[in-house]
Amino acid sequence: MSTVTASGSLPRYIAVRLMLVIPMMWVLLTMVFVLLRIAPGDPVSAAVGDKLSEDALDARRAALGLDRPLIVQYLDYLGDVCRLDFGTTISNGRPVLDIIANQGGATLTLTLGAFLFALVVGLPLGRLAGRRRDSALDAGIRIFGIVTYAAPIFWVGLMLVLFVVRFVPSWPTYDIATAETKYLVPDRTGILLLDAALDNDWVGVRDVLQHHVLPCFTLGLLICGVIIRLVRVNVIQSLKGDYVEAARARGIPERRVVRFHAFRNALVPVVTVIGLQFALTLSGAILTERTFNWPGLGTELVAYVTARDYVAVQGLVTFFAIAVVLVSLIVDIVNALIDPRVRY
Amino acid sequence: MARRVRTPRVFQTIWNTQGLARYLFLTGVLITGVFVVFALLAPWIAPYDFAQRSVDGVRFPKLAGASGEHLLGTNDQFYDIFSRVIWGARTALLVVGLSILLSAVVGVPLGIVSGYTGGWFDRITVFLMDALYSFPSLLLAIVFSFLLRNAIGGGILAAALSLTAIYIPQYFRVVRNTTVAAREATYVEAARAIGAPPVTVMRKYVFGNVVQSVPVIGTLNAADALGTLAALGFLGLGIQPTEASEWGYDLSRALDDVSAGVFAPAFWPGLAIIALITGLTLVGEGLNETLNPALRRRRLRPVVLTPREEA
Amino acid sequence: MTSVPGDPSQPREVVLEAEDLRVWYGTERGPVRAVDRVSFDVRRGEILGLVGESGCGKSTLGRGLLGLLPDGAARDGALRFEGQDMLSMRPRDQYAMRGARLGMIFQEPLTRLNPLMRVSDHFTETLRAHEQGLSGAEVERRSLEALRVMGIPPTRYRAYPHEFSGGMRQRIMIALTLVLRPAFVVADEPTTALDVLVEAQIVRTLHDLRATYETAMLLITHNLGIVAEACDRVAVMYAGRIVEIGEAREVFARPRHSYTRELLRSTITLSTEGLEFIGGSPPDLSEPPPGCSFHPRCPDAMQICATRAPRARITDAGSRVSCWAADIADGAPVAADLSAEDRSPLTTEEVLVADEA
Repeated sequence: MSTVTASGSLPRYIAVRLMLVIPMMWVLLTMVFVLLRIAPGDPVSAAVGDKLSEDALDARRAALGLDRPLIVQYLDYLGDVCRLDFGTTISNGRPVLDIIANQGGATLTLTLGAFLFALVVGLPLGRLAGRRRDSALDAGIRIFGIVTYAAPIFWVGLMLVLFVVRFVPSWPTYDIATAETKYLVPDRTGILLLDAALDNDWVGVRDVLQHHVLPCFTLGLLICGVIIRLVRVNVIQSLKGDYVEAARARGIPERRVVRFHAFRNALVPVVTVIGLQFALTLSGAILTERTFNWPGLGTELVAYVTARDYVAVQGLVTFFAIAVVLVSLIVDIVNALIDPRVRY
Repeated sequence: MARRVRTPRVFQTIWNTQGLARYLFLTGVLITGVFVVFALLAPWIAPYDFAQRSVDGVRFPKLAGASGEHLLGTNDQFYDIFSRVIWGARTALLVVGLSILLSAVVGVPLGIVSGYTGGWFDRITVFLMDALYSFPSLLLAIVFSFLLRNAIGGGILAAALSLTAIYIPQYFRVVRNTTVAAREATYVEAARAIGAPPVTVMRKYVFGNVVQSVPVIGTLNAADALGTLAALGFLGLGIQPTEASEWGYDLSRALDDVSAGVFAPAFWPGLAIIALITGLTLVGEGLNETLNPALRRRRLRPVVLTPREEA
Repeated sequence: MTSVPGDPSQPREVVLEAEDLRVWYGTERGPVRAVDRVSFDVRRGEILGLVGESGCGKSTLGRGLLGLLPDGAARDGALRFEGQDMLSMRPRDQYAMRGARLGMIFQEPLTRLNPLMRVSDHFTETLRAHEQGLSGAEVERRSLEALRVMGIPPTRYRAYPHEFSGGMRQRIMIALTLVLRPAFVVADEPTTALDVLVEAQIVRTLHDLRATYETAMLLITHNLGIVAEACDRVAVMYAGRIVEIGEAREVFARPRHSYTRELLRSTITLSTEGLEFIGGSPPDLSEPPPGCSFHPRCPDAMQICATRAPRARITDAGSRVSCWAADIADGAPVAADLSAEDRSPLTTEEVLVADEA
């Protein structure tokens, strides 16, 4: 800290960080492979054992390469993933990449909408709570934060549905759009909202947005609770910072001290942890999708787990692992943009 | 530095923290205590067994409202909701307690050895644990329950094991970092200088120091594990309904009732989950704020400037 | 070394005056009397050194002058800055004076600059906070001028704090404090965290600043060498009180208070042959000992010291001192009233007991 460091360049940092993606990806993929291969029992018979004859099962196993040595299967798996081939499901013969392309859009708009809502509500509330520490306001915000975090997301969703069914019966409580909209909007990007907009179908856009409100609000509440807690603690800690006292000693107005010194510095760790919360968001999305019958990847995953389709589960989990690595990359780059000390 | 946290001192410090933090902590202890009582005395508190659908050969009604026989009504599987909520406390605390215990038993020693020995072993373990940690926890639990379902079925042990995998990295991270810090501490260096063997140093000096952070992670993880258990149940991947009463499973059964506007089967199990998670979180946060001096705020006595003596 | 620019015989106007000032902290155990009935003044262009052991209230006094106190602290007495009473001022107005009229230089330069802000941002923010509507060019001109005085090249103006060494960061902090030309600056151990060579440079710079800016300064330090080099007057603080204050040369040459003498004796110089130290440690300020608070550690302690606090007295040399032993040695009128029993030495047993504590 005390030595003079050369002014780091952002491009170099990004290059180094990009190179780190490879080992991270490798470790996660290996983990997924090992986890799913230590599974006792035979995946093919688990999925379709009751439907096919013994010979047909053997043929299936050979087609999947399950009769070959583990190391060959491992290298095959890595090679396939590099070519973005996530396999073909055992139970209904769909390529996993197709599932991702068709259902991924619904999960994407759900999570983005939820994050947006959580940031808009969570950041100001957390800052307020940290600044007015131990006041009644702080107590209220903290309890809100704890309860939204504690309440199982699916229960919150269920209660919302109950409420809406009773008081606004016409409001949509499940699925991403009405059957009519789904039928009318042509598939171009896999993201229904975008497709409807590209098609100039504004009735469809409105319909899709309305369907987003409840799920995004539900998932957003969960993330919001985390953000409130994080921002509050970090604002409290950075308000004790030496540079905050120094800024006060220079007569910088208190509002500016809180905003530009305490809050901005508090955001640095918050960005990192919000990045880690992507994992939480994904977990929440799976549950939200089940609650609202949302046609996303979570719903697919649960369906294939129930069907004991080993290839489908491996393919989808692999895709989630890649998403985790990419999000952590983005978070680190955003962090470097905010905090000059990170660029080494 | 080496002092162990004695219980009276922890409570003393909590008592001395500023008003709000203290009451939140006490509320947490109270709520958690109520659920522990439910769990221990479930057979006596609950009027029926968790898998009971009839009494004296008379079947329970389906989706009945609250009544004298069924305090909170019945659900779509003819079960008594009140009994299932009480029995659910036993399942929840059993699974969560078991998984937290198991992950601490694995994570703490692994963290100490890794942090103390350093070198390649340390680096590889850290890398693996970080990978495990960065993975969405529910996804990990889903994968594990998927695997364990084939092996040992969908009982309490399978659920506890699925959760264990999620929380090992958390203990590992905290314990390893504390160990690395403790290893450089003067008293540990002194112990090594006088020739204490590594196992003795780890057991006597490092462990005592590191073990302080375990209760905090434990309670906070317990809250999280409870949510994950319920989530697994809600997705239909958790404990089978015939094995034990589980709140998350009951909620998943209530999905359709909710669309029909029936609230009791979904409301009560969910409320139980919220209450217990909130209670555990409050206890964990209370411990955390107290044991983490950076967050602690003492109760200041107001200053009254006394009049000056002499003129 | 200690010359003031201008006519030294002309007494300069008082910038800051503290009278019977008290600053108490709230704790779990009750109030801590960190600053207890302190009186002093600082004149324009003058450097007043404030010395004493750790925990005697030096930093609290420095922060108390600016009103930078934690929650639960209380001030009373009188504090006049350029004739205005600071203690009865609205908090808003007090805030506005901070930075503009009253500055502060801190001990740890490494953590005092916001790591996310460029040096230029710090200056812009500071100047704009006090002089609204300043043009960008004017901000830059004044900032670069202040940095130039402190020896920071203009090429580093847009760098981030972590790109500077500790000594350079302290220079930036000083430039940041002086860019608004405050009339009075508290420098709280500005060189403690720095190495010896850098320390000498900073002390020299602070000393020269008077010629440039005519700033009055309270220089808090535990290093008597710095006081001898840079200060016009010196105040010696013990257990929240100023026990002796006067011309630096006079106090160093003829210390009147036993504590000052012991403090000077424990300083290491080239001629030091054996290490001297003051036995025991400073008292707990939430329960200061009765009488003179130094008596448990004082080699000259008498019976009277343990029961009655000495009154402040102006010596012939113009110093102000509160010490019974000094009163007797100087033949002060109060000393005549003391009985033989009052004057008898405090038994060593009691001193030892106090030492243990």
